Amino acid sequence: MTATLTRRSLLKRSALIGCSAAASPLLTSLSFAAAPWDGRLVVIILRGAMDGLDVVQPWGAPEYTSLRGKLGGGPQNGAQDLDGFFSLHKGLAPLYPLWQRGDLGFVQAVATPYRDKRSHFDGQDLLEAGTPSLDGARDGWLNRILQNTPGTEGRTAFAIGHGEMKLLAGKAPVADWSPDANLAMSPQAIQLAQLVMRDDPAFRAALTEALMLSDDGAGDDMAMQVPAVSRGKAQVKIAEFAAEQLRGDSRIASFSINGWDTHSRQGRSLKGALAGLTDAILTLHGGLGPEIWQKTAIVAMTEFGRTVRVNGTGGTDHGTGGAMVLAGGAIRGGRVYGTWPGLDEASLYQRRDLMPTMDVRAPAAWVMRSMTGLSRDVLERVVFPGLDMGNDPGVMR
Amino acid sequence: MPYSPELADIRFGCGLSPDIPGPTSVQAMLDGLTGPDRMAQQFPISGFDTLRARLKTKADLRARGKKPSDKSATREKIKALRRESAKEASRNFLQSLLRWTQTDTGFHERLVGFWADHFTARGKSPILKFATAPYIEEAIRPNVSGSFGDLLIATTTHPLMLHFLDQNLSIGPNSTRATKAKRLKGLNENLAREVMELHTLGVGGPYTQTDVRQLAELFTGLSYSRLMDFKYRPGYAEPGAETVLHKSYGGGPATLDPVLRALRDLATHPATARYIAQKLAVHFVSDTPDPALVQHIEARFNDTGGDLRAVCAALLEHPSSWDARLSNVKPPADFIASACRALALGQKRIGGLEVKRVQRLLMGPLDLMGQPWLRPNGPDGWTEEDVEWITPQGVSTRLRWALSAPQKLRRDLPDPRAFVTTTLGQFAPPAVQFAADSAESRSDAIGLVLASPAFQRR
Repeated sequence: MTATLTRRSLLKRSALIGCSAAASPLLTSLSFAAAPWDGRLVVIILRGAMDGLDVVQPWGAPEYTSLRGKLGGGPQNGAQDLDGFFSLHKGLAPLYPLWQRGDLGFVQAVATPYRDKRSHFDGQDLLEAGTPSLDGARDGWLNRILQNTPGTEGRTAFAIGHGEMKLLAGKAPVADWSPDANLAMSPQAIQLAQLVMRDDPAFRAALTEALMLSDDGAGDDMAMQVPAVSRGKAQVKIAEFAAEQLRGDSRIASFSINGWDTHSRQGRSLKGALAGLTDAILTLHGGLGPEIWQKTAIVAMTEFGRTVRVNGTGGTDHGTGGAMVLAGGAIRGGRVYGTWPGLDEASLYQRRDLMPTMDVRAPAAWVMRSMTGLSRDVLERVVFPGLDMGNDPGVMR
Repeated sequence: MPYSPELADIRFGCGLSPDIPGPTSVQAMLDGLTGPDRMAQQFPISGFDTLRARLKTKADLRARGKKPSDKSATREKIKALRRESAKEASRNFLQSLLRWTQTDTGFHERLVGFWADHFTARGKSPILKFATAPYIEEAIRPNVSGSFGDLLIATTTHPLMLHFLDQNLSIGPNSTRATKAKRLKGLNENLAREVMELHTLGVGGPYTQTDVRQLAELFTGLSYSRLMDFKYRPGYAEPGAETVLHKSYGGGPATLDPVLRALRDLATHPATARYIAQKLAVHFVSDTPDPALVQHIEARFNDTGGDLRAVCAALLEHPSSWDARLSNVKPPADFIASACRALALGQKRIGGLEVKRVQRLLMGPLDLMGQPWLRPNGPDGWTEEDVEWITPQGVSTRLRWALSAPQKLRRDLPDPRAFVTTTLGQFAPPAVQFAADSAESRSDAIGLVLASPAFQRR
């Protein structure tokens, strides 16, 4: 009879960890230092280029119907009007009560400094690097926040799910984890696994972190089970996991929602991604509880927007200016921020895309400023090099 | 280090097998690309014809099902068709796994995997959802040692690619079709952009948004029939010539020829040579390959106009390809497949595995490791970066799979000490040997060998 070894019991049996693991900076996170600030931050990367004009529909613009009529937005098609000019895509309707309470807002016509080649992959890399160009980009902007905040430790920030969150990659330790990854093994198997990975620093660090992050109690049945995906929607499970961490000592959670690349039949193809975003926000809302929700800012951003005109196949192609989604009790919601550039031909970027009127990093920087207390100088020089934050748009309460 | 059959199988093949010796020379590896395709014959994967038959049945059912009396019966039959497709996908997975465990020309399987990922295409409807394996069988597998231009044309004009990147409905704004159609008329840039960004020149290549637009206009007309046969539709084609990378194409009556000429020019462009050379070196050798290796492959690509057999020879003959340090981390699918090869799981052991068990023991774990089979998130396929696979959750899931699944796939697990040697050969570190000797159970011992970095890297 052997007991399941988990993170906390691992602590008690520190002898098992061995000296190589003890030297790992990751283990210092077990000290659970006081968190550096009290607010909770969730950054969601919307991969594939979200069509900001379909999510927050400028139905009040004179050109809207002729440019976008085929997509069936606006109150005339049953979309909820937000402020007399913009309406909310029907796929986000379950979030409307949050808007009414001022816990949901948007920023229109934002973009990263990336222009013209319109590649998803470069666009996402730049969005996550937070730099003006990809030359010399080495870490993610959210990691640089941590690097400049004393008192952060391994569990302050979580990157959740599969696929690297470059946004959080860098020198500061962060936790990488996903639901269903729990590692429960016999103590001897753990010891031997540590032994076979001992001389490979990357594997060793990953294993050490996996052991630390694994839950107590799960997998008490010592017969090893073949790893299986548990029931439930992926986005809900991820948001539940994020909420669980944020209720404790964690302050940042970050994950991706895919499926925004709607080149054809957007009416249909956008539904899944919108449902994922809705599920994620509502699950966080429920999971965090009223008290922590009040301190929470959720920032959802995408690599670029999509063409203003509907293309030949009922979808939209890669564009420039897009939208950002903000939610949480710490957000001053109930409004659409940004400077609206207009949809008339002369106001478009290269006569095809929404003209970006604000750097997407600026509202993000103001959220960070309010959340972490970092100075404007550090934000403009280190976290988002080359950014001019401009006037405070007041997105935070 | 000098050439070794073990390293050949580990780095360029499907891993070591206890029964099948590695290739004796680089020449043997190259010969394995052009001989009769024994793996495809022995473990057939259905092509598009089966899918077409299914699509036809579905269309017929739909037509008949319009009568109210037939409706529920039709729905049932359509559901049955979907189940059949899902079952076939599971069979196709097993067949491709068996090719990995049984081949003596593992480099061929690896190249198929490399190009299938480079030219990622997926279906977006219930039946086409399972069309990727047939697409690979038709468009990729026969073309991995011919010219890159042929491979590019085979994939770009394949119905599944046209469907995946929305080309089939892209209509020239001034085409005869557009002047008649009431709704949906116009271009879709998706395929044109990805052909330049992902398939040929690379994102750093010398093209602009205008080139994307022009190529999209040139591509109008590439389409397929209701039953997914390729079809060129002159009525969709944008009239007039298009200029792509400073060169003019078409201008006469709408035909497929100028499209193919443009694809051939993209295929032999120097930027393409550079991009493909880099990608091959990264995929097979290391995330940070020796620049001399990349230049060597690039030069051969340029000298031969993209002859892929010669390009592979350049990869295999360069000394940097035989660095004795194992570097790249196997992505999950290759990790599981090479583990099955190490466990000698042939037709007899896993050939008849039922759908549920395939799901529970193999395909489900792949999902959890972050690589659902043939379902990457976007047209850029799976990442080559090792750091994206060596995550805490990835290592946890691989470790748990290695400790639990082998005994379910094979009751008579091999002797762990022998397994270390047959699986890791000269690359077996003493620590792994020690772990295999001192594990509590045979299944733990086997699992620890498979979870060791010596097995997970290549």
